[in-house]
Amino acid sequence: MLPKLPFFKTKEPKNQSKVFIPSRREFLKISSLVTGGFVMGINFQCAGPKGEVITFAPNVYINISSDNVITLIAHRSEMGTGIRTTLPMIVADEMGAEWSKVKIAQAEGDEEKYGDQNTDGSYSIRMFYEPMRLAGGTARQMLQAAAAAKWGVDVSECSTENSQVLHSSGKKIKFGDLVADMGKMEIPKPESITLKEFSSYKLIGKDVMIYDAKDMSTGKAIYGADVDLPNMQIAVIRRSPVVGAKVISFNDEKAMAIPGVNRVVKIEGAGNPPGLDKPLEGVAVIADNTWAAMKGRDALEIEWDLGENQTYSSSKQLEEMLKSTTGDGKLRRERGDFKAAQRNAGKRIERTYLAPFYAHATIEPPAAIAHYQGDGICEIWAPTQHPQWARQAVADALNIDLYNVTVNVTLLGGGFGRKSKPDFVVEAALLSKAAKSPVRVQWTREDDLHHDFLHAQSAQRIKATLDKNGNLSGWNHHTVFPAIGATASATELHPSDGELGLGCIDFPFDVPNIRIESHESKAHTRIGWLRSVSNIHHSFATNCMLDELAEAKGEDPVDFLSGLLGEDKNLNFEGEIKGQFGNYGESIEKFPLNTGRLKRVIEIVAKEANWKNAVAEGKAMGFAAHKSFLTYVACIVRVEKGADGKLLIPEVFYAVDCGIGVNTDRIRSQFEGGAQFATSLAMTSAITLENGKVQQNNFDGYEIIRMPQSPKKIHVHIVESMEKPTGVGEPPVPPYIAALCNAMYKLTGERIYQLPFKA
Amino acid sequence: MAKFNLNINGKSKEVEVDAATPLLWVLRDHLNLTGTKYGCGIAACGACTVHLDGVAVRSCQMPVSNIENQKITTIEGLSENGDHPVQKAWLEHDVPQCGYCQSGQIMTAVAFLKENPNPSDPEIENAMNGNICRCGTYLRIKAAVKTAANS
Repeated sequence: MLPKLPFFKTKEPKNQSKVFIPSRREFLKISSLVTGGFVMGINFQCAGPKGEVITFAPNVYINISSDNVITLIAHRSEMGTGIRTTLPMIVADEMGAEWSKVKIAQAEGDEEKYGDQNTDGSYSIRMFYEPMRLAGGTARQMLQAAAAAKWGVDVSECSTENSQVLHSSGKKIKFGDLVADMGKMEIPKPESITLKEFSSYKLIGKDVMIYDAKDMSTGKAIYGADVDLPNMQIAVIRRSPVVGAKVISFNDEKAMAIPGVNRVVKIEGAGNPPGLDKPLEGVAVIADNTWAAMKGRDALEIEWDLGENQTYSSSKQLEEMLKSTTGDGKLRRERGDFKAAQRNAGKRIERTYLAPFYAHATIEPPAAIAHYQGDGICEIWAPTQHPQWARQAVADALNIDLYNVTVNVTLLGGGFGRKSKPDFVVEAALLSKAAKSPVRVQWTREDDLHHDFLHAQSAQRIKATLDKNGNLSGWNHHTVFPAIGATASATELHPSDGELGLGCIDFPFDVPNIRIESHESKAHTRIGWLRSVSNIHHSFATNCMLDELAEAKGEDPVDFLSGLLGEDKNLNFEGEIKGQFGNYGESIEKFPLNTGRLKRVIEIVAKEANWKNAVAEGKAMGFAAHKSFLTYVACIVRVEKGADGKLLIPEVFYAVDCGIGVNTDRIRSQFEGGAQFATSLAMTSAITLENGKVQQNNFDGYEIIRMPQSPKKIHVHIVESMEKPTGVGEPPVPPYIAALCNAMYKLTGERIYQLPFKA
Repeated sequence: MAKFNLNINGKSKEVEVDAATPLLWVLRDHLNLTGTKYGCGIAACGACTVHLDGVAVRSCQMPVSNIENQKITTIEGLSENGDHPVQKAWLEHDVPQCGYCQSGQIMTAVAFLKENPNPSDPEIENAMNGNICRCGTYLRIKAAVKTAANS
């Protein structure tokens, strides 16, 4: 069965009859579930042994102790977006906690307790902005009520600030001094909570520094491999060089002869298909230290049955994929009659676009620590984006009860979708059980690039028609790429509805005749999702083609796109999309695709970049706009040739409408980083496979841009908005690549049809 | 296995390890100094940068047996309270995203500023070229290096 992917997210209430009797947490009482996975109304009090410190937690995200320490729980994983700061910050602002003294604790993976923890799909803010305010508001309302009762005043005369309740007379009481009283109170119902006016927020809508900045600048921050347990051993694994390969036999004599090596253990893989949550077949060397484990791994002699993928060539497949787009594909969206538009066209333009496999190459390679304690109990420490999936996968792999698996989440040294998959966590659990001790599985950079869940390579063909007046009358988009689902199910030959909903079938332009088709391709390696997923290649093709069509029409690309968006309206693609329109897991009524919002960011970015002004000789600008993850983005990239003939990217302009900007500094930082990330995708990075094996070994073969090549200035205009907030982790990437390619065309006169391009 | 006496962050530490063990793993596995990070193992990413007598080196490519009496400084030993001017500048610009590469970035920046206290933009870019930031915090790193240089 396919796991719930971020863009397939369903929102139906969970089965409330599910029995939840965790022996370690019997003090918890679940009283209600709010749709969206937020657990409210959990009430627990813990007295110290002699009643020194009492804590009160009006819900699972807030803990107030009698010494006035406010601890807020971060239940989403921190991989660089700042979410570990931003969600607790919302709670603190709403409740009136003194932010500089708030402590943040990271939640373990526990769906019943925290709701959804799958930190993916740019939806933490979208999903939890309201619940976090509600959590903070619940605490504030209770604190005010407790103080009012103590003082014998009306609650309406009370407010909160700096972790104190204030009375209009000037009286003050610390939150901590109300803890004992609050323990006796009923938790108010969510509908009885009045949230603060937006204008009264002191943190929300402002620049707030990340909680971990100091630890990250002093080496104190704890990532996956930094956790140290008594008697812990280290494992390094030789995994199947070709996906689906099986171990025929292995000789561990030389490995075992290396001082420090204690044990060699075979791990059974799923074969083909490899699965999204299973380890690859491999042989693990378990040693006293990392160096011995690495050397031991290198000394292993393994005979492999390489299986059906051993003749696979990614370049050959890409050629075949491209060829397949010449014929008719599976129809995924239809409006009007494209073939009639073709017959009546004044001009026909047909272009193809190719993009490679990409690896995530998180700067922290995967690592996980497991301690199988016997009796079916296992504790994990891992840099995981999805602790609940890791928990389930470990329980399944060890055949133990889910409630006996604890997954502690460390900081993540980058995620980008890679660390959603729990394969590396399962490896640690299996090896800890075999070694009868805590085990850290350490992936090397080579392991990371050879055995990633890759962003799929893709071929696209777009045929467009202009009518006799030069207006765009037809759009026929063919797309083919191995589906993520194929990693779990070999029968998945077409991209899913979800993957096509990422920048392909949600083509928002007023073109009378639209035909969108997909073609078959097989997965011969593990396919996963990478920051913005299939928006990466769909936006590249769509926005580069639109730039070319604007030129064919003789119109400025900015005016052309704005014109194509037509009147301000909400789109719902009714009757046109064959299959489901995912809309990133949200209903189209709640989060409509509004053409006016896209036009607005286009207008702003053009103004900020002085788009209409002529640029000097040897310099150029390119433009693109793309909505993804319900966030509207327009981008202009400036390029020029440096003195050494190399490409310089002196300036990037973004305009973003993500609804309410919750932590504005972190919105900007995501766009700054997103532009750098996308520069690597556009210009330096590609994974290729021959004989079924990945050909890039390390950062010398899979290149990431460095400071000298990086864009020099990145301006981010955040549209002021009171619309529901949406995420910003992924949306910076898709429009940037096309804007850069369009700028390159202006600079060199040559269009870019294949990524990565060299300059 | 052999015994090595190392001067780390002003303290003398004895370890008994295979002579070929890179300093990175001695720090991380044997001395619990985990602020220095593993990123590539081939000196291509800079995550493992430490100082040997004040000079930035990639500890993943430095066998422990090659170290004689040099003073080793890791991110943990850069300052008592995290208040080295470069670290302060890092906070001023809220540089980190995931944070993993930042120890190495800071160690490279500190060694560089010692040699070149008033660098130009291209000089900063060249000095930081060996340190990859996958999150793409390059602009804030550059800004922080400039702030530190001016302080």
